[in-house]
Amino acid sequence: MSAHRRVFGALIRMDSVTKRYPDGTVAVDRLSLEIPDRSITVLVGPSGCGKTTTLRMINRMVEPSEGTILLDGEDVTRQPVTTLRRSMGYVIQNAGLFQHRTIVDNIATVPRMLGRSKREARERAAELMERVGLDTALARRYPYQLSGGQQQRVGVARALAADPPVLLMDEPFSAVDPVVRKGLQDELLRIQDELGKTIVFVTHDIDEAIRLGTMVAVMREGGRLAQYAPPAELLSAPADAFVEDFLGADRGVRRLSFFPAAGLELTTVPVVPVDATAKRLGAAAKSPYLLVTDVDGRPLGWSEPRDLTPGDIGTDRLLPYGRPFTPGTDSLRAALDCAVLSPTGWAVAVDADGKVLGVVSQSAIGEAIRTAHAGHAGAASAPVTGAVS
Amino acid sequence: MNGFFDIPSDLQNTWAGLIGLHLREALLPVLAGLVLALPLAQLCVRFRWLYPPVLGVTTVLYAVPSLAFFVVLIDYTGQTELTVMIPLAVYSLVVLVPAIVDGVRSVPQETLAAATAMGFGPVRRYVQVQLPIAVPALVAGLRVAVVSSISLVSVGALIGNQGALGNLLAAAQKYDRPELAANSVLTTALLAIACDAALVGLRALLTPWMPRGGRGRRPAVMAK
Repeated sequence: MSAHRRVFGALIRMDSVTKRYPDGTVAVDRLSLEIPDRSITVLVGPSGCGKTTTLRMINRMVEPSEGTILLDGEDVTRQPVTTLRRSMGYVIQNAGLFQHRTIVDNIATVPRMLGRSKREARERAAELMERVGLDTALARRYPYQLSGGQQQRVGVARALAADPPVLLMDEPFSAVDPVVRKGLQDELLRIQDELGKTIVFVTHDIDEAIRLGTMVAVMREGGRLAQYAPPAELLSAPADAFVEDFLGADRGVRRLSFFPAAGLELTTVPVVPVDATAKRLGAAAKSPYLLVTDVDGRPLGWSEPRDLTPGDIGTDRLLPYGRPFTPGTDSLRAALDCAVLSPTGWAVAVDADGKVLGVVSQSAIGEAIRTAHAGHAGAASAPVTGAVS
Repeated sequence: MNGFFDIPSDLQNTWAGLIGLHLREALLPVLAGLVLALPLAQLCVRFRWLYPPVLGVTTVLYAVPSLAFFVVLIDYTGQTELTVMIPLAVYSLVVLVPAIVDGVRSVPQETLAAATAMGFGPVRRYVQVQLPIAVPALVAGLRVAVVSSISLVSVGALIGNQGALGNLLAAAQKYDRPELAANSVLTTALLAIACDAALVGLRALLTPWMPRGGRGRRPAVMAK
């Protein structure tokens, strides 16, 4: 760990918080939530469910009508509002950058307001650009010269500039295309691993919620909390029909993301190298299909045993093997997906170097899923730290 | 010899002197208009209901002929430059107020929310975020106001030689020297073009953050 002063996250406790507007509309209705420190808590729900209002009550951009919000045990109304806000990073949709300031000056905004020297603030900004994966050559550019994804990275860097314990993120990635979004999500998880902030993240995208959240609060119209649980529990035990419906039709498959593929029993019987001898082929011939590998053990494709000639296996007639999975880092969902995509119904497992470890059938994966569910039910709702990718 | 640049002695000024006078009589009112328009526009942004009536009043004032203003003002300010400049300042409001209001309103919602969330108070937010982003619209308004003001100064010739270059028009008639009229028209036009170019340069200087090619909107030029 560096010698820098590290500011970690703070715990946020919302106690029966209500927001009622003068016209009588209730945006948030008696919401009680304990947001754990140093983790990502996602508020998710359909539009108009009060998730953004909830977020904005934490830094008092919206004042609650009733209830209290405690930050590390202290009521947020106890300190001046600007001081409170400067202690919380805020990332917004479309980044909300200051178009009239350079990238480095955008990032340096809060440190400058907190009285740091221009040089110090800019050094800090450059450091943060690297942290969020931005080329420091962009420092002197203006926002219009950056892509949407880059602008959003600047938004994150700007929010982190004063090293606030809390990071509030309001649909930060919903305006960028799916590929860029995935990249930004990965980056956020990586940054969170390094910094351990208390992040409150608002989204309407349940997949994003499940991917990022340590805890997920599902909200429904009228600003009420439908369920507050870790994502794996949400998927296995939705509290009611609304949550179930919101999770979508494939929550069973999605839930497999939380089970590692490491436990799958792999077999190497149907795996043969391209230069296999007649004896080796004979031993494997009982399998309906054989996976042919190159001499280094990398997969080439599937074939029926009778199409293979010892010593000279033609690689041009092989069936594609689809996408392989890596047992150490992938989830059961990835393994199942590979098996479903494979023309033979067998998923190919490879190590980090792409060499075949073995193959596994759909039915074997199905068995592993049943075992995993049984084991999970036995362990009740043990906290799950995050999805396996 | 009575040449193009020979100014009749009763004007008590050289050609260059008339230019200086003309610029002063044209630009000071716009400056005064700007000083007045900034807070007025901010009020219109802050209280939305105020904008339509303010716009209405400035438009009506713009419709009042300058001669009518002179008649009223002459009792108070006499046959002076001030009598010419007061109506010009009032006229500039009709362009400047909407320009600033539009400019300030063009600041994206998320930019404002981000500023508030970072702990900007209302004043800091106005000065450091809203106003700088409104600069292109503001300069576009200034261009119209300045050009229009430069052309309008000439009317001052009607109240005892207070029209700067406009006085040459009266002199052309009085001494039957049409070249003085040509001088007046050409010099006024050149002044307007030069001032406009200067403002374009100023905007480029103030907004290095604008995409090249320019996105600044320009209110339609109003004839008077």
